[in-house]
Amino acid sequence: MKISVASGKGGTGKTLVATSLALSLIKNNPSVQLLDCDVEEPNVHLFLDQEPINETTVSLPIPKINEDLCQHCGKCTEICRFNAITLLKDTILIFPDVCHSCSACWHFCPTGALEPSPREVGTVQISQSGKLKLITGRLNLGVHASPPVIKAVRGAIDTDTVTIIDGPPGSSCPVMAAVEETDYCILVTEPTPFGLNDLSLAVEMLKVLNVPCGVIINRDVPGNHLIDDYCQEKGLPILLRIPLDTEIARAYAKGIPLVKSSPVWTEKFIDLYQQVTQEVTK
Amino acid sequence: MKELTVISGKGGTGKTSILGSFATLSNKAVICDCDVDAANLHLLLKPDVQETHSFIGGVKANINLELCSKCGSCEELCRFSAIKERQVNPYACEGCGLCYGICPSGAITLNDHQSGHWYVSETQWGPMVHAKLGIAEGNSGLLVSAVRKRAREIATERDIPLIISDGPPGIGCPVISSLAGTDMALIVTEPTRSGLHDMERIIQVAATFGCQAAVCINKYDLDTENCFSIEAAASKLDVPVIGKIPYNQTLSQSLLQGTPVTLLGQNEGASAITKLWQQVTGLLGV
Ligand code: SF4
Ligand code: SF4
Repeated sequence: MKISVASGKGGTGKTLVATSLALSLIKNNPSVQLLDCDVEEPNVHLFLDQEPINETTVSLPIPKINEDLCQHCGKCTEICRFNAITLLKDTILIFPDVCHSCSACWHFCPTGALEPSPREVGTVQISQSGKLKLITGRLNLGVHASPPVIKAVRGAIDTDTVTIIDGPPGSSCPVMAAVEETDYCILVTEPTPFGLNDLSLAVEMLKVLNVPCGVIINRDVPGNHLIDDYCQEKGLPILLRIPLDTEIARAYAKGIPLVKSSPVWTEKFIDLYQQVTQEVTK
Repeated sequence: MKELTVISGKGGTGKTSILGSFATLSNKAVICDCDVDAANLHLLLKPDVQETHSFIGGVKANINLELCSKCGSCEELCRFSAIKERQVNPYACEGCGLCYGICPSGAITLNDHQSGHWYVSETQWGPMVHAKLGIAEGNSGLLVSAVRKRAREIATERDIPLIISDGPPGIGCPVISSLAGTDMALIVTEPTRSGLHDMERIIQVAATFGCQAAVCINKYDLDTENCFSIEAAASKLDVPVIGKIPYNQTLSQSLLQGTPVTLLGQNEGASAITKLWQQVTGLLGV
């Protein structure tokens, strides 16, 4: 079972849900994997005490020039649609940050002066504590290609184990790379017009990806029906409500997962998982 | 003309609440929402849209099946796995044009792809430029640049001395686009362990643009220890902490109602943001 957690926007409590869900599930499962796919700013590790076991790097090919072979024909600069190569009088400048690693330039260089060479864009770190395995992806500073790092994180999982994916915020390419081909996506939102706006964007995205979803309302206040009304209209289940509570906010600020600061939540997260399993097999 | 951009390194720190309040405090500014992936500022400022423009973010490949000889080269060579069984998946296609270049039958064309819209609006507090990127569309950096360009034009046309922008979260290309050429980056953070870490990273990013940076700690009283670490880290990096906003019920109210906190009468949140605004305008010299 692969469950992704997304939110349309940062700061809604995605990591709170993902960590608490994983920590609750290890009670009943032989092992659980938690993936931190918020590779720009991974922070799940701040909530867990984990022993790192290994780290691998993620690389993408970018062109490397062999000046001896280059005839300064300009074909590569013409072909690169991302302006990652410029021809200056008699030198070639390559801008790794804007290169999309599409391979067009080395493919079309008539003299074979360009060849792919690996550029490190990020790392994947695996750590373990007891039954919980954490796989963290981290984008190198100054690199903007999150999807390949996210794919590398997802490539490191053991497919038979329950997997929880903490996705990046937003509803563009990085989130898609994190949630696509998961069995279910839990969307965490807040009962404000902002939360609703972001939630509806995320729901639209999941429709494109064909991933079923349900909603958790975080910082819920009694008497507010904004999200309930939307979910009813769209036929989305509300899986859990976490109240607006200064104590929860304080514990979270200190880096303590919800199920650790108030263990009564463990059962609720186990129920949540059951509910999701039912939704998936429905 | 001066430009202020509010950024955070991570979403949900209160950037938009602060910028929305700034808009009500500045009596002359062009307001800009550079968070084009999940634009939100309009929910607070309720702009009246005057102009709508479509945004062409790039191209996508298209295969003419009548010309296609089924050689399979495009599918084999596409590095984004965007072509399967002679169909282009527009969500995976990055528009690099490799397939177009290699197709021996000339069956592939590259078509302009509309990936969003941008708008020029009026609000009660001044003109606003904002945008909406389509679902699952990339190239938000380009769209941010388009939004900022129009904001500058409006500022010049109407002789408005200040542009205030709500920046996107993260450290990726839209943030880069929203910081290039700005005068001041106001970094909003929270007293959490990840808040500290995110702030340090975004200060590094801002430094590469050579703009003045300053920090504001939102909900600073949630955790004294983390708040202290943030102040220490900022001072070590030579960035002043120019505002601290308490964890405050009225701010939550403001979000629930979709109204800037400065319009909800006398309250702690509003006075902290007003003080912050005075610091910002002082530093910017406007
Ligand atoms: S296409 Fe090849 S030969 Fe031509 S300028 Fe580029 S690197 Fe040099
Ligand atoms: S690999 Fe593609 S994006 Fe990178 S430089 Fe070559 S043509 Fe440009």
